[in-house]
Amino acid sequence: MNRTIVLAKKEINSYLNSPLGYIVAGVFLVASGYLFMQGFFIAGQVSMRGFFALMPAVLLFILPAVTMSSWAEEKRSGTAEVLLTLPLENGQTVLGKFLAAFSFLAMLLILTFAIPMMLGDLGTYDGGAVLAGYIGTLFLGAAYIAIGLWVSSVTKNQITAFLMALVVIFLFYIVGSSFLLDSMPALAATLGKNLSLATHFNSILRGVISLKDIVYYVSVVILFLFLNAQAVRERKWR
Amino acid sequence: MIRVEHLVKRYGDFTALDDVSFELKEGEVVGLLGPNGAGKTTLLRLLVSFLKPDEGKVEIDGMDTRKAILEQKIKSKIGYLPEQAPLYEDMLVEEYLEFIGRMQGIGEGEIGDRVDAVIDKCALAEKRNAEINTLSKGYRQRVGIAQALIHNPRIVILDEPTTGLDPKQRIEIRDLIREIGKDRTVILSSHILSEVQSTCSRVIIINRGQIVADGTPEDLERSARGNAKILVEISEERLPLLDRLKGLEGVLEATMTEKKIIIEVGKDIEVRSEVARLVVQSDAGLLSLAREETSLEDIFINLTNQGNE
Repeated sequence: MNRTIVLAKKEINSYLNSPLGYIVAGVFLVASGYLFMQGFFIAGQVSMRGFFALMPAVLLFILPAVTMSSWAEEKRSGTAEVLLTLPLENGQTVLGKFLAAFSFLAMLLILTFAIPMMLGDLGTYDGGAVLAGYIGTLFLGAAYIAIGLWVSSVTKNQITAFLMALVVIFLFYIVGSSFLLDSMPALAATLGKNLSLATHFNSILRGVISLKDIVYYVSVVILFLFLNAQAVRERKWR
Repeated sequence: MIRVEHLVKRYGDFTALDDVSFELKEGEVVGLLGPNGAGKTTLLRLLVSFLKPDEGKVEIDGMDTRKAILEQKIKSKIGYLPEQAPLYEDMLVEEYLEFIGRMQGIGEGEIGDRVDAVIDKCALAEKRNAEINTLSKGYRQRVGIAQALIHNPRIVILDEPTTGLDPKQRIEIRDLIREIGKDRTVILSSHILSEVQSTCSRVIIINRGQIVADGTPEDLERSARGNAKILVEISEERLPLLDRLKGLEGVLEATMTEKKIIIEVGKDIEVRSEVARLVVQSDAGLLSLAREETSLEDIFINLTNQGNE
């Protein structure tokens, strides 16, 4: 476990030492803040609902940029050979990289605390709903990150990793959208709805964090981290 | 210390290693020699458990690398420098060594001393706080070696540690390897023969995935097939001389072209004094006389050319 933390720290430092980390953070804050504020005064409600509703789309572009280099760059530069001959189990290495990206996401979300602080000046808002929104975003983001890391582990090129992650996450997201479900047979529709990243996120946003949703996100994360460890074990990129 | 048995590794249809077996004892410094693409890197990657064998096995200190449960234990016994010394470019030298040290399981109390020790050993003091992407190839290679030594492993494996260096850097790295080899088992690969000859107590030559020679540099030279040559330079060509030389015991062949005589003799036959006497007797004007052994270079070229044409 200790080594997992050492690796996670090193990865977080490399996000914070690279221009990419700051570009990603800047784009995230500007894009989400701007898009939220655009509708905020029209709606005229002291609520962050609109902000969290943006998260699936904004993070779709942000998180693949965070995870794209995690494995692809190690493989391209050859450092994977150093990393994977260190006395760690594959699972520890994969977990270390996941924790680093997840911590980076948490830092991004902390930077948005300015919004609820501003809301407090404008009126009273439902603190529970905001908390649920942040928790839901963390779960959603964790799933995005696990998918992005897995994609990065099966490619050797960052750009490919970015685009592939975007596509895979997008598919996972829209599989639950109504325009698709309406044209599907009942069984497939239920399946699609329950598999979709969107369904579970929306249910958390309504302010109810149910065990079902948590189990769903945790399963998605574990599944993709497992696939990631498998790809690393088999040295899939050769 | 290291035992390799009937190792086979395939990439699709291509067999990179074909039934390779050998054993290394504690403290040996072994040079793995072969042309590019012979399977050196593949063999080293199997030794460090970066790749898994398709057949056969590798044992480190009696532990089978195929057993997942032993993997961590085996890995921590080995220090490894991959080909091209891949490093995390955005880290400082010191920071990088500390990171690898912690990953190797060195505790908080010890880590500072270990980093100091390898920085000292690899002469990196000057670059301690430099960012890795600003380093020259020679320094990068040293950081790579320092990284492999950080946890004081008993086995050090270096893949082409001197490739791409200038002659001065090469000598420095060679000295460093000799220093490391004093109290450890070292395996290094190279396609440059003189390198291996000057640093290693044992040479394993591989070609097309198979071991074609294995022994001390002297052993290999002695067992070389082919004969020694005696080269004689004279100032006047005298025809009867050649026949007399051919008549000497142990001489297999003698030829003369433009005042140069090449005499082939069996590898353990010494006829130089007789040759000198005959040349002087026939008044040919002896200018020089030298014996030429088959060099390790010849053996290497000879062995690695087989089956390549």
